[in-house]
Amino acid sequence: MTIISDTEVAARAPYSTVLREGETLAIIDLGGNQAVDFLCYDAADTAKRYSAATTIAAQRNIFLTTGSVLRTGEGAPLLTVVEDTCGRHDTIGGACSKESNSLRYGQHTRYQHACVENFLIEGAKWGLGKRDLVSNVNWYMNVPVEQDGTLGIVDGISAPGLEVKLRAETDVLVLVSNCPQINNPCNGFDPTPVRMIVTGGGV
Amino acid sequence: MSTTSTTYGARDHARAQAGTVTEAMPAIPASTWPDPPPGIDPAKLVWAETVAGGGYTHKVLARGTELRLTDVKGDACAHLLLFNADQPWERLNVADTVKVQWNAYLGEAIALLSDQARVLATVVTDESGKHDALCGTSTVDGNAQRYGDGSPQGDSPSGNALFTLAAAKHGLTPRDLPPSLSFFQGVHVEADGGLTFTGSAGAGKSVVLRTELPAVVLIANVAHPLDPRPDYTVTPLRVLAQRSAPSTPDSPEWTASPEAQRAFENTADYLTARGLA
Repeated sequence: MTIISDTEVAARAPYSTVLREGETLAIIDLGGNQAVDFLCYDAADTAKRYSAATTIAAQRNIFLTTGSVLRTGEGAPLLTVVEDTCGRHDTIGGACSKESNSLRYGQHTRYQHACVENFLIEGAKWGLGKRDLVSNVNWYMNVPVEQDGTLGIVDGISAPGLEVKLRAETDVLVLVSNCPQINNPCNGFDPTPVRMIVTGGGV
Repeated sequence: MSTTSTTYGARDHARAQAGTVTEAMPAIPASTWPDPPPGIDPAKLVWAETVAGGGYTHKVLARGTELRLTDVKGDACAHLLLFNADQPWERLNVADTVKVQWNAYLGEAIALLSDQARVLATVVTDESGKHDALCGTSTVDGNAQRYGDGSPQGDSPSGNALFTLAAAKHGLTPRDLPPSLSFFQGVHVEADGGLTFTGSAGAGKSVVLRTELPAVVLIANVAHPLDPRPDYTVTPLRVLAQRSAPSTPDSPEWTASPEAQRAFENTADYLTARGLA
């Protein structure tokens, strides 16, 4: 196993990389309860991209954990969760945006940092635009659904040092916003850095 | 010699087909719809159509249009996407719709939110209560595996394939297609995050949406991806849309939640700046 890259992504910052088929990406929650907003694309054709709906329908569960497969809208596997020391990750909450924050918290939050801004800036480096942003994965974020349908972001179940490891099933472009949210418990109201380690070269 | 071996005969043959009435077809003009249900004024109809099981349809609707979807025989599944017709890069955002309103299920007074924190449409009335905002629609490969064919012209077309066609007729490509909603086939989320398919509420149930922005509406009437039945089971969907008026600050949808209220205020702000309200 060879370490291809080892990157600390600062609190609130974006990150992106291309994983070659068979390589793995470890996402390490350094400070605990840091939501990591995450999108992925078939690197050979970015119109084929992560679909929360297809992923949820295929596994018949809204939570991601070891064994979950992130799929495109066509159903093709992009990434498999091969290791998860946290146990539950969110598929339905999507990313914070300046616009949605105006609804959730009020107009005064419109000038705060938001994940969609990170996705737009980092995605532009790869030729991706607003049309390419869809409902995303939130690693380490806890979004339960009550039996009456009430859902929401609640206190995290993550802790410092917990890790999720993803194996690329094809060449995959990964786009990350290390969530800057300070209005909800997804990162304990205090964004912290995360570490990204890409490994390859066999076991 | 057949009757269609000459241009004159072929022309007569083609023209003789007009006036045929089938189960699934639009009424044009919509005001000629033969049996408007209570609450529908034929003179106000702008869209009247029965969509076959496995079919799709699409329309651009003015702001303030009431869109009534009816599950005619009890096994329709109306997969739906909405775009702001004036700027189609603004589109339905399912994640924001469920997250902002703290509710995973669709029902009365739920606002269908765009990615710009505005209201594309609201659910005005809901007789069904069996809907889904989480699983999206079916895929070509998934339907091919389950039913033997997922292609759009086949016997068990997928929602993705039909949305791709409907979107293309508005200049939109697969990159413009976000996760969709589906009406009339329910899914329940269990405590462990698992999903249970709850099926339909039966024949004759309707859902009425009201557009709050000018909207491109795409509808695919296809089997839900979690439908456990081995056969591709989907029956006709009725679509009746009539001119009406958009919500006002007095409407129950406007004040359904503090979040919905801010979404309507954002919408009014946008329309005011554009000179549309």
